[in-house]
Amino acid sequence: MSTSAPLHISGKAIELRGISRVWDGKPAVDELSISVPAGSFTVLLGPSGCGKSTTLRMIAGLEEADGGRIEIGGRDVTRLPSAERDLAMVFQSYALFPHLTVAENIIFGLKVRRTPQAERQDRLEKVAELLGLSALLHRKPAQLSGGQQQRVALGRAIIAERPVCLMDEPLSNLDAKLRHEMRLEIRALQRQLGFTMIYVTHDQVEAITMADQVVLLNGGKVEQAAPPRELYTRPATPFVARFIGGPPMNVIAGAALPAVEAASPGCLLGLRPEALVPDADGPLATTVTGVEYLGADLLIDCTLNGAPLVVRVHGQREIEVGQPLRLAFAIDDLHVFEGETGPRRDDLKETLGPLMRS
Amino acid sequence: MTSHRSVRFRRDWIHGWLLLLPAMVFLFAFTHIPAITTIINSFYSTPRGRREAKFLGLTNYERLLDDAVFWKVLGNNLWFALGTIPVSVALAIVMALWVNDKMAGRGFLRMAFFTPTVLPLIAVANIWLFFYTPGFGLIDQLTSALFGWSSVNWLGDPATALNAVIVVTVWKEAGFFMIFYLAALQAIPVTLTEAARIEGASRWTIFWRITFPLMMPTTLFVSINAVINSFRLVDHIFILTDGGPDNASSLLLFYIYETAFRFWETGYGATLTVVLLLLLSLMAIGQFFLFDRRVHYK
Repeated sequence: MSTSAPLHISGKAIELRGISRVWDGKPAVDELSISVPAGSFTVLLGPSGCGKSTTLRMIAGLEEADGGRIEIGGRDVTRLPSAERDLAMVFQSYALFPHLTVAENIIFGLKVRRTPQAERQDRLEKVAELLGLSALLHRKPAQLSGGQQQRVALGRAIIAERPVCLMDEPLSNLDAKLRHEMRLEIRALQRQLGFTMIYVTHDQVEAITMADQVVLLNGGKVEQAAPPRELYTRPATPFVARFIGGPPMNVIAGAALPAVEAASPGCLLGLRPEALVPDADGPLATTVTGVEYLGADLLIDCTLNGAPLVVRVHGQREIEVGQPLRLAFAIDDLHVFEGETGPRRDDLKETLGPLMRS
Repeated sequence: MTSHRSVRFRRDWIHGWLLLLPAMVFLFAFTHIPAITTIINSFYSTPRGRREAKFLGLTNYERLLDDAVFWKVLGNNLWFALGTIPVSVALAIVMALWVNDKMAGRGFLRMAFFTPTVLPLIAVANIWLFFYTPGFGLIDQLTSALFGWSSVNWLGDPATALNAVIVVTVWKEAGFFMIFYLAALQAIPVTLTEAARIEGASRWTIFWRITFPLMMPTTLFVSINAVINSFRLVDHIFILTDGGPDNASSLLLFYIYETAFRFWETGYGATLTVVLLLLLSLMAIGQFFLFDRRVHYK
């Protein structure tokens, strides 16, 4: 146990005001505005090519913004070089210096900034202990496992006690078990140290489990920015609805149900697989087309007037392919969207819900 | 059963040797046999007319120790190596760093830097002969127009002849080494530089602490080649100075050529060659040991 004061970092708020980045005339990031509160854990989530990494690199100063403002702790850093933005970054490939030992990798930044030797050593000990690297300090990165390399990259990011830490898909090179462990560890570390985290991933599970705020991007624009719970329970657009949850929400065109289509043309109806319940008196008549056994759960693929639906039921249930299946749901679990690009229409729930019969 | 297997075995064996044969014939005919013959010849006198070569023991080697010209060309060669290797390697790194950056005309620059490597050394020497011509050569014209210097006989003055040859060699070699450094630079992941930049490292620190150490395998390779080249490349001396004046720009290999094929002292020439071979192997081995601790291989 180290006797000196524990590490603590006070995070800074980050404000993106209409930042853009254009590649060959096409906007990769399109007038994006995001507010990241100080000390929060914000995840930028989205499919590949949605501009999340480019956004992160613009915050880091590795990529120049073509328009807009980036503020860190109230200071305009849009045109400042990376070194002057007072932030740390963990790369997807870890970017460890292969010719330097673990210790040299971690204190690289301190050495560059001429931190006195005694302080360097003191901080190194603390960080190594925090991350369980004390026994590995004299190894080279190539002699470490993926998880250990990841920890070294984390160590390099936190040793300078910067108020902001950026991570670009840091767990994508790890196996599933290690990914789960590191997820918890990174989250705990951020809570404990208190810095502001912006974390990029395409994995919605990572986003949901770690974030205070998830910013879901699509085509360089914000689709929805909300806490994970809200993202799951109140998706703002069909895109969000289809992106979050495993398996994702069933979004069916109103056209599959003539009564709904007549009442509100062009609308989309969303029901989570876990919200659909097999019920002999249920309003929705479907046909089973496939069954996927997951152990605890059973996923039933079925069609409703040609529209595919996934239903999650208890794993013990016996279901045959081709058999008819009637489904029921609670009106509260229904999501109504005005069209493909949203918005949410909670006011239509009560009117359209009872019309959903087939 | 056993005989069957042994026939199979023998046939594989013959196939193997047949496949190796063409390459081995050439290697033996042009490398190994001449090398061994040279070592043997270095202990014999030079055969002349009807006089057969006579075994002399170490006499040729004793003569070498007393040969003032040998010591002079050896000194020249050391100076030549010291003058060409660090400068051409440093230039190669600078050029590689430059043409590795994103910029307009990068392809053209790369080609321009590499051109001297493609040109035959004899042709290069002829071009430089014109540059060095006293009075109306390019260099004299420039220095007289800019600084008002009087004409200098760069290649004819013992004080400048060797240095003039060094300049030509550096010009010729730097572009070649640049290609290796360019390849090495492109093998270094960009994220390493980015990570260093975020940590606040300056361009110089990034080069000195990250890029240069990661290019060490290339530096080892290039420097061994440069050392060997500094003893091996003498083509341009024939054109530029012919070793003169007063052996001021003569190098070891050039001296070997003169001894063996101008003065036809093949026995002594063989002795000089053995010394050259020994020197080269010692230096190559030495470099491996010197660099080994500092080279990080992936």
